[in-house]
Amino acid sequence: MHSQAVPSSASTVSSAESGSKYLMRIIGLGYVAVLVGVPVGLIFWRTFEHGLSPVIDSLTDPKVLHAFRVTAIVAFWAVILNTIFGVGMAILLVRHRFPGRRLLSVLIDLPIAVSPVVVGLALILVYGKFAPIGGWLDDRGIQIIFAYPGMVLATMFVSLPLVVREVAPVLEEIGIEQEQAAWTLGANRRQTFRRITLPAIRWALAYGVVLTLARSLGEYGAVAVVSGRLIGKTQTATLVVEERFQNFDQTTAYAVSVTLAFVAILILILINVLRPKEHS
Amino acid sequence: MFGVGLATLWLSLLVFIPLGAVVWRGQRDGIGSFWDAATTPEAAAAIRLTVGSALLVALLNAALGTLIAWILVRDEFPGKRVVDALIDLPFALPTIVAGLVLLTLYGVKSPVGLELAYTRAGVVVALLFVTLPFVVRTVQPVLLELDVEMEQAAISLGASKFTTFRRIVLPNLMPAISAGTALAFARAISEFGSTVLISGNLPFKTQVASVHIFNQIENDNTVGAAAVATVLLIIALVVLLGLDLLQRWASRHA
Repeated sequence: MHSQAVPSSASTVSSAESGSKYLMRIIGLGYVAVLVGVPVGLIFWRTFEHGLSPVIDSLTDPKVLHAFRVTAIVAFWAVILNTIFGVGMAILLVRHRFPGRRLLSVLIDLPIAVSPVVVGLALILVYGKFAPIGGWLDDRGIQIIFAYPGMVLATMFVSLPLVVREVAPVLEEIGIEQEQAAWTLGANRRQTFRRITLPAIRWALAYGVVLTLARSLGEYGAVAVVSGRLIGKTQTATLVVEERFQNFDQTTAYAVSVTLAFVAILILILINVLRPKEHS
Repeated sequence: MFGVGLATLWLSLLVFIPLGAVVWRGQRDGIGSFWDAATTPEAAAAIRLTVGSALLVALLNAALGTLIAWILVRDEFPGKRVVDALIDLPFALPTIVAGLVLLTLYGVKSPVGLELAYTRAGVVVALLFVTLPFVVRTVQPVLLELDVEMEQAAISLGASKFTTFRRIVLPNLMPAISAGTALAFARAISEFGSTVLISGNLPFKTQVASVHIFNQIENDNTVGAAAVATVLLIIALVVLLGLDLLQRWASRHA
């Protein structure tokens, strides 16, 4: 009797189970498709529906080329400075004990939750021409707002925690034994960092740098506020998308968007290559 | 200790002093005028819309994000790796591009007949797009590490699939789901780029708080901008601190 009951109950369970399994699969995949897959696919199709030449014409417009150059310059400095800051900050938070360490560790996440527009406003209120620090710098011929320094600051602000958050857990995990061994063998601070610490954190660091790069290339709101959006001067690639779309130049808006999306996809592939190594 | 000083100075110049300046500017003419600036009809409508749609988006993410994480971990289907990679796309895609992408499908002359441009539904869709990865990516690793034996034990004791999920799986996922939901909420509150095109920036109808702040900056009304920005900052800080407390609580009860 027992042997009869088991197969029949098992088969009813498995058919109900596979029914709910398919339902969940349809809801989940349908949601991702409608929200992300189809719209992203459609913008690629829309961009290239009249062939490649209008896209190339749009992308080689001198103002568009200039915007890409501005984006590259700003992203370059933001990534470099945030990498240095991120590694230093991670070492500080993991390897040192000082009053306020916990608070600092919470506050370092703050930029993630702050609206990009608020970031821009915050920088203007301190570094604008009519603000105390900004005015003092302006008297010395250093312009921050509506110029590169302000745009780099804004981009650094929004991507600040990305390197720290990737490197800190790895530093925690590897411990200090190897570093101490290097010290006792007579290595100095720099040698220890270069030969012991850096190789240990390299994948996490690479992952954090790639995330920072993605965020920097795509930043819109904070840069829109601090750059002044001067066409051919401080206009970045993301700002071109908005400006051209509002001015009914859809071809260029789409072409620049698709270029940025293409870079984003390349970065995603890089992230996927880096991620498994990080956990091994 | 030199390092601590340098890091604090750097963070102060980049983050703390500027954010402090926002709060300072918001209440420059007294706390009463701060309140007036943050509650002008237009500002109040923008804040209400932002908080309301962020709550809706966070709840939808809690349910659908968990479901997506579940099928990515427990289900097998062709193209799973592609879907898994697609989840991260909203993180990597510039927000202004995200807005444009959504407009090609849900904009004026929508090919599927769903015109969401200049509607509140459009704002919600844009927020759902940019917050998609949060719950999925916090729940997924927890689900991967979850011991299947617990569930098998529950099923062998006669629990239904649904009861097993509710009594065994869900309690284990709860810290991750709430963390992801809180992050999605914080992101939705502060989102700007993806909503700026699709919302059409209609005051009282589709204007979210970030877009309202942007308009005030453009009109040189920095006190009004700073007042609404302060409200957003307070919400963000409460969410972050709540999240920190939640994580500490979860690690103590793990």
